[in-house]
Amino acid sequence: MSATLVPPAAAAAAPVLADAARRRRLLLTLWGLAVVLALLGLAAGPSGLSWSAWMADVGGDQAMLILGQIRAPRTLGAWGVGAMLGLAGAIAQGLFRNPLADPYLLGTAAGAGLAVVLVLAGATLGGVAIGLATAQWLARLGMVLAAFVGALGGLTLTLMLARGAHEPMRLLLAGVVVAVVLGAVSDLVTTVSPEALRGKQFFMLGSTGFLGWSSVWVLAAGLAVALPLSHRYASALDALTLGEDSAASLGLDLPRIRLVLVGLLALATGLAVSQAGLVAFVGLVAPHLVRRHAPAPQAFTLLASAAMGGVLLLAADVLARCMIAPQELPVGVLTAVLGGGYLMRLLKRQTSE
Amino acid sequence: MTARRTFAALLLCFVATAATAGPAIVLRDDGGAEHRLAAPPQRIVTLLPSLTESVCALGGCARLVGVDRYSNWPDSIKDLPRLGGLEDAQVERIVALKPDVVLAAKSARVAERLQSLGLRVVLVESQTHADVRRSLGLIAQLLGTPAAAERAWSAIEAEFQNAAARVPPARRGQKVYFEVASDPYAAGAASFIGETLIKLGLGNVVPPELGPFPRLNPEYVVRAQPDIIVASQQALQSMAGRPGWSALKALPRQACGFVEARYELLIRPGPRMGEAASALADCVAGLPAKTAAATGTKDGQ
Repeated sequence: MSATLVPPAAAAAAPVLADAARRRRLLLTLWGLAVVLALLGLAAGPSGLSWSAWMADVGGDQAMLILGQIRAPRTLGAWGVGAMLGLAGAIAQGLFRNPLADPYLLGTAAGAGLAVVLVLAGATLGGVAIGLATAQWLARLGMVLAAFVGALGGLTLTLMLARGAHEPMRLLLAGVVVAVVLGAVSDLVTTVSPEALRGKQFFMLGSTGFLGWSSVWVLAAGLAVALPLSHRYASALDALTLGEDSAASLGLDLPRIRLVLVGLLALATGLAVSQAGLVAFVGLVAPHLVRRHAPAPQAFTLLASAAMGGVLLLAADVLARCMIAPQELPVGVLTAVLGGGYLMRLLKRQTSE
Repeated sequence: MTARRTFAALLLCFVATAATAGPAIVLRDDGGAEHRLAAPPQRIVTLLPSLTESVCALGGCARLVGVDRYSNWPDSIKDLPRLGGLEDAQVERIVALKPDVVLAAKSARVAERLQSLGLRVVLVESQTHADVRRSLGLIAQLLGTPAAAERAWSAIEAEFQNAAARVPPARRGQKVYFEVASDPYAAGAASFIGETLIKLGLGNVVPPELGPFPRLNPEYVVRAQPDIIVASQQALQSMAGRPGWSALKALPRQACGFVEARYELLIRPGPRMGEAASALADCVAGLPAKTAAATGTKDGQ
């Protein structure tokens, strides 16, 4: 039932000239949007988007602080987290040949979430204050590492439960079960350690408010590793769309490829979750949008999904800042509403066809 | 003079109580329900720390038979059964305790269930100072000691006044950023914490229009440059590490960080609000003079 959500992957296998033009157009649009949104991100402050406030900001004596230390890293960070999620979604959907695969549906995010909650609880129990708001490098790295391990653990659990990724339905069900169970365990942890609860609430809704330069560097390093690596394995993903047997007959070392891609998926999800909490739907929706506007081989889809994810989350972040300024909406709530709305439309159109 | 007047008022109240001392206590709770009791309840369950504290402050501590998970004051309640929290109160255990009355927050989900099981649930709202005063009256009436409420409230008022007098004149009107959660949520001027700050003669970086506990754009706080920061010690430690927050001139010296147990005192709208005001005033009075901190070198970042 869910497999009909996506144009047949075979369409990507036979690129025509028009497709190349569409791809170029999509990339140009995404970069253009990223630049426009980044400018808006620099301009959106506690008074929303206002020309006079912006002029005052630029000319004010706090310009370096407000623009350089707060808005610039927040804007770049939001793009980076979105890019990570978009990439993770594209890898998951390609690897499992399942259009509904998404860091959230595979137990990856739940695993990363549990790991972060455990770190928060452990830190408060140990009397040391660590929060997402803390920029200390060690704490950050510890959190990233924990999130990565957690993401890997959640995904492994899902794959074990589904006995591999062959059956889409089984995989989805397993992912849902793992997500629910791991979510419940983190709830349990927060009941025992109420201090972790405050950090967790912040974390569950997803937040871009405290992304600083340290987050930006962590994300940039992550992208620098994940993008080239996933690009290298893109042709293997293409081969996988023909089925495991065909891929194996092409001489691909499937177990090794799968291991690398699962590692990449966990890395991208873990990084995103450790910096901004659980931001829903970006990973699911970004690859869909890319495939819809420019069906293409995986090498393109992966990179474009990252760009799309960045644009989506950055847009959500700017909206979250502006809608009820100087108050803020939790950015995860916005992405859930927007992404969920998009999926609903997609489903409705599919059923009416 | 005031003492004599208070005494007279008390006397009047006692006479009034004595005159009406009879079978019926009639009161309307904050949920709008009317309660008629033949006698003051002897077995009471409270499902909110501030309600536990209110009952005890009004002399009804001995009648408590169970409290919620988070109640921790006074010490005498520490051996009572714990009946869960606001969202996960344990219905069965509460029913098994056979309370004459259950005191719960107006928003408590469990209230309806308990009522349908035949328990008397008195709903109490405490969001503002006025709410606290009214809920003290309600609970005192319930306990059959209506005069105790005014006594308790006068004591709180007296503590407010004492505390306000201890705030150094140079601090009057200084803007406070009171963080209740690190998202960051702040206590605005419209919250009971904000009301306490006003009574202490202090200002607030969050105006009343933004509501009692708004979730702020972190940049808003940096821009507002609060004169004084109040938060839990744990939150305070992480503050300078947030992007751009190291530029807050109030950090680290113009800040009151409270350890968890003391911090709880500040965020409970109950009979210990006066004590909370004292704690705030003492901290503010103990902060180093502003000039010393203002010369910090944090502007460069």
